[in-house]
Amino acid sequence: MNAPLSAAERRRAETTRVHRIAFFVMLAVLVLAPLVVYPVFMMKVMCFALFACAFNLLIGFGGLLSFGHAMFLGSAGYAAAHAAKVWGLTPELAILFGTACAGVLGYVAGLLAIRRQGIYFAMITLALAQMVYFFSLQANFTGGEDGIQGVPRGHLFGVIDLGNVYAMYAVVLVIFLIGFGIVYRAIHSPFGQVLKAIRENEPRATSLGYDTDKFKHLAFVLSATLAGLAGATKSIVFQLASLTDVHWSMSGEVVLMTLLGGMGTVFGPVVGAAVIISMQNYLAQLGAWVTIVQGVIFVVCVLAFRRGIVGEIGHWLKKPL
Amino acid sequence: MTEIFGVPTQALFGQLLIGLINGSFYALLSLGLAVIFGLLNIINFTHGAQYMLGAFVAYLLLTKLGIGYWWSLLIVPIVVGATGVVIERLMLSKLYKLDHLYGLLLTFGLALIIQGLFRNEFGSSGQPYQIPEQLQGGFNLGFMFLPKYRGWIIVASLAVCLATWFVIERTKLGAYLRAATENPQLVQAFGVNVPRMITLTYGFGVGLAALAGVMAAPVYQVSPQMGADLIIVVFAVVVIGGMGSILGSIVTGFGLGLIEGLTKVFYPEASSTVIFIIMAIVLLVRPAGLFGTQK
Repeated sequence: MNAPLSAAERRRAETTRVHRIAFFVMLAVLVLAPLVVYPVFMMKVMCFALFACAFNLLIGFGGLLSFGHAMFLGSAGYAAAHAAKVWGLTPELAILFGTACAGVLGYVAGLLAIRRQGIYFAMITLALAQMVYFFSLQANFTGGEDGIQGVPRGHLFGVIDLGNVYAMYAVVLVIFLIGFGIVYRAIHSPFGQVLKAIRENEPRATSLGYDTDKFKHLAFVLSATLAGLAGATKSIVFQLASLTDVHWSMSGEVVLMTLLGGMGTVFGPVVGAAVIISMQNYLAQLGAWVTIVQGVIFVVCVLAFRRGIVGEIGHWLKKPL
Repeated sequence: MTEIFGVPTQALFGQLLIGLINGSFYALLSLGLAVIFGLLNIINFTHGAQYMLGAFVAYLLLTKLGIGYWWSLLIVPIVVGATGVVIERLMLSKLYKLDHLYGLLLTFGLALIIQGLFRNEFGSSGQPYQIPEQLQGGFNLGFMFLPKYRGWIIVASLAVCLATWFVIERTKLGAYLRAATENPQLVQAFGVNVPRMITLTYGFGVGLAALAGVMAAPVYQVSPQMGADLIIVVFAVVVIGGMGSILGSIVTGFGLGLIEGLTKVFYPEASSTVIFIIMAIVLLVRPAGLFGTQK
């Protein structure tokens, strides 16, 4: 017996269908890409795509602009690199350790940052990230300006040699899909709905009995942890953890990826990360022009292109992507 | 040699002086940010780049046109302030109806562009800027040696800060400004041209940053990155002080500069992080900032 679906249910089913199609397109691209382009480049794209998805969870669904997400990417990278190189942990344990460190840092930073809203939130996260940057510059285990170099990729579960680029690729792909799945699940859960309600109207959410600070804090920790997952994976892939990943310009880059791809869209951050990383790759020899081009993209996006690439496509197809 | 807490007084006062100098710049820059924020509700991320722009315009005036420090103090804020007016008219004014975060993103992008352009042109290394003749040398105060130029920075920035405070808190123009901060529609209804006031306020804030840049040119090297890291510290200063009061941001700026200087004497490892640590503590105890009011 088929009860007639309500309009809302039909819309939700339609959205799920569109997302499923988009997801399989993305999956196909990611699986087939290493046949066409350099696998290490694609791994970089996936790490940054995950980083941007984690960031998008906060800005796109919680309305919280963090300008210090590099602290999670970078510190998880350092922790994982240290665990793999000095303690000799297997890569999966090193990545888990790095991710956990970012989660703890996110817990503390979130506790401070959610005490203010809007612009202050952005400034506080930026300042906290700068503190982590100076700490990384001075601490002993981070290697200062050199960073931690020559991190072993090791053997996954002590068995599979990740020195093989395709094995490494598969691992990064799985990690990316897990992270992406967690974000997708989170924003389509009741938790995600409450988060959106807080973004739209915080006093009203409070009046409905939600402890908004708790929700924001949880979202912050989740976002930080996933950003850490991206950073830890990245340091194993590139066998390097360095100051670049904790610098404020990295925090700016993830904002740019998300803005360009489409804030608050499911697939936007992935597209944005792919575009920005490709651009950096092909414009690398132009030096400071990369920064200028990034600045121009920022300005153009904010003034004329606020939906971002995926947001525009979704608007054009009249379907939320 | 005399000592205080095991630290030679020379070193102590030397660091305190550096702290006061840094504090002067914190105060000038956070004041500009506060003035802009008050009326535009935008955090001006370009502020650091505009400070750098001030130093560079002064440097270019000197090397290309032979125009010296004193004229630069007057010309540079006007020139750079004018570029601010253009930015406000062409770009920022399109964003007032949107979420204020877009203003932050726009100004961040502009900062990247300006800093990138200058790095392309001048490289990352710093350019020296001569201290003007009248301010070379120094005074021996008995307990320490005070270079004239450093004394000048402290006096001049205090004077500029207090003058700004006076204009905003004690004059009719300032009264319009404060009223427009509270309720722009109502002030507009009284026949005050609020959009023009907003434009000029942004230009003024930018001019303050440029003035700080000119004053900084002889002390620090003139380099494309000079404003980038500084602005983050100034953000922390703003969070600590809260943006509610003009006097508050002046006091916080100088105070934090001094604390930073003291930290350099007693625990140098923490000198670059101490302001951020203070920010964390203030957020726990008084989330609105020392002089701010939570809205």
